[in-house]
Amino acid sequence: MSAPGRDVAIVAFAQSDHRRRTDDVSEVEMVMPVLHEVLRQTGLRTSDIGFTCSGSSDYLAGRAFSFTMALDGVGAWPPISESHVEMDGAWALYEAWVKLLTGEADTALVYSYGKSSPGSVRDVLTRQLDPYYVAPLWPDSVALAALQAQALVDAGHTDEAALAALAARRRTDAAANPHAQVTGARPQGDYVVAPLRTGDCPPIGDGAAAVILAAGDRARELCARPAWIRGMDHRVEAHSLGVRDLTDSPSTRLAAERAGVFERPVDTAELHAPFTSQEVVLAKALGLGDDVRINPSGGALAANPVMAAGLLRLGEAAAAVHRGDSDRALAHATSGPCLQQNLVAVLEGDPR
Amino acid sequence: MTVTPSPPSPPDILRAPLIVEFPFTRSLGPVQSAFLTGLRERVVLGVRTEAGGVLVPPVEYDPETAAELSELVEVAPTGTVTTWAWNPEPRRGQPLATPFAWALVRLDGADTALLHALDAPGPDAVRTGMRVRIRWSAERTGAITDIACFEPYEGAAPEGGPAPHAGEFDEPVTGIVAPARLDYTYSPGRAQTRYLQALSERRTVGERCPSCAKVYVPPRGACPTCGVATTDRVEVGPRGTVTTFCIVNIKAKNLDIEVPYVYAHIALDGAGLALHGRIGGIPYDQVRMGLRVEPVWSDDGRYPDHYRPTGEPDADYDTYKELL
Repeated sequence: MSAPGRDVAIVAFAQSDHRRRTDDVSEVEMVMPVLHEVLRQTGLRTSDIGFTCSGSSDYLAGRAFSFTMALDGVGAWPPISESHVEMDGAWALYEAWVKLLTGEADTALVYSYGKSSPGSVRDVLTRQLDPYYVAPLWPDSVALAALQAQALVDAGHTDEAALAALAARRRTDAAANPHAQVTGARPQGDYVVAPLRTGDCPPIGDGAAAVILAAGDRARELCARPAWIRGMDHRVEAHSLGVRDLTDSPSTRLAAERAGVFERPVDTAELHAPFTSQEVVLAKALGLGDDVRINPSGGALAANPVMAAGLLRLGEAAAAVHRGDSDRALAHATSGPCLQQNLVAVLEGDPR
Repeated sequence: MTVTPSPPSPPDILRAPLIVEFPFTRSLGPVQSAFLTGLRERVVLGVRTEAGGVLVPPVEYDPETAAELSELVEVAPTGTVTTWAWNPEPRRGQPLATPFAWALVRLDGADTALLHALDAPGPDAVRTGMRVRIRWSAERTGAITDIACFEPYEGAAPEGGPAPHAGEFDEPVTGIVAPARLDYTYSPGRAQTRYLQALSERRTVGERCPSCAKVYVPPRGACPTCGVATTDRVEVGPRGTVTTFCIVNIKAKNLDIEVPYVYAHIALDGAGLALHGRIGGIPYDQVRMGLRVEPVWSDDGRYPDHYRPTGEPDADYDTYKELL
């Protein structure tokens, strides 16, 4: 939907360094420095924040109710106005945005984190699948992405060489991202599940992200060039993989249309494509041309902390607006197998 | 109470295996029940949508219109691969233990594809558009795994469309039990690692908030009031006060403790909040608020097995009323 009546912006963004393992810290110990940094950027304290929303999944690290312990890092006692989604933090941001649009709060803190290193994320993600017909087969996340990649190759939309070139571009760009986990072009490696090779897959790792939202004049006070959220929408595909055309993403296109993406060109797009082949699907669904900078951060191929990687896309797009590198940016987040659910936002800076 | 600054370098990282294992018991709707019971009988059923297409596997509601679906048809056990992916290293729980192809297969008579494994000698033997058939499991219970996998098949699709099917079988399957197991390597993080290492020296060490000075035992790494890391390490106890308690009358599974027994909140001397522990060495009906207790360490000395009375006079209510 587009933003009715009230202007809301992302005014600050912080992230952790994304690492393969973080055995030295608990989740709250990993999240806390990111929360402190995003608050520092605005000068706000926890008590100044109107609403707090987080996104995470206890299955990743096998730690029941870990999100309640992560809340300790916010300073949530005495009780604050707070919510949590068992989803990527991009959906927590959506909830916070709606809260600000209602006028019930003027500022919001949104954060998310994922610790994939304690478990086997390929197997953990099978538990989100259809429990009757699919999950009993334990098809891992790379296998499902590979089915989608082969469908793209069969349809003539890409080939292994093109996917390898895309992986190299993203990781070369990631060299400028000090938080990235994997930077610099590298050999594509062996097949993980063919046709996807190691280089087509995201790194597995741990990390956290946080943003602050503010409405109207409050946003202008807190940020020299707020990244105004002009629209945001999320849509979902049919549940069964065999019902879908895996080479397309109608849910992304519909979300983009509802968010107002197609009203004017964007100059930057942060796409949450954990696999190279998924970026092909998204760029095609969104009609992004060569004139759009795609994933200057390196995207999820450079760092993919599950449950935070989508919020990172919104944060990176906002930061590009804050810096003046972008005037109108698209940010996308995905969830589920083969781009099952997709969120699209449009962020704009004030004219210069 | 002694205070020591945080160690300059993080403590050695503790690690322990953690297995999360649970059986999900799920009931089936009428369409799912017919489909899974059919698999047991080596019959593959689909469901017709409002627009006239046939969904295999069948679902209870139309993905296009959300209409409730019930018109079942029987499709062939043969079909065509619509996309595939070669899996060189099968993982636990997957249908085959040797390298195989994941495949989406549109069965003859269906308009949508079913995900399963395809047994083939190598990726060169698999292509989109190839013909395959179901290989049935020898033991079938009414589950998607009643299909062992697909295998290559040379024949053409049968003549004619899918035939109507009542979906009625003797002893229909009405639910499934889906076991799930995930393996982790657990690391507790800085604060809890320091806490556990102190326990192994028979010391209880909390951490103090640098902002509000509250001492957390056990420490979790952050002060939930101030939202900052706890820093100074503070040894508390060993003695403490029962602030509140309950009497446990139901024996827990795998727990070798006779009931009834008392489980209590215990504020160790110097701690800013109470921790949990069992009270022993006193009849359960004589435990009271204010009782002074001390830890009795486990045989391996790594943690307090329970707390017992010290024999001191009871603590005055005002000394622990903020720690209930």
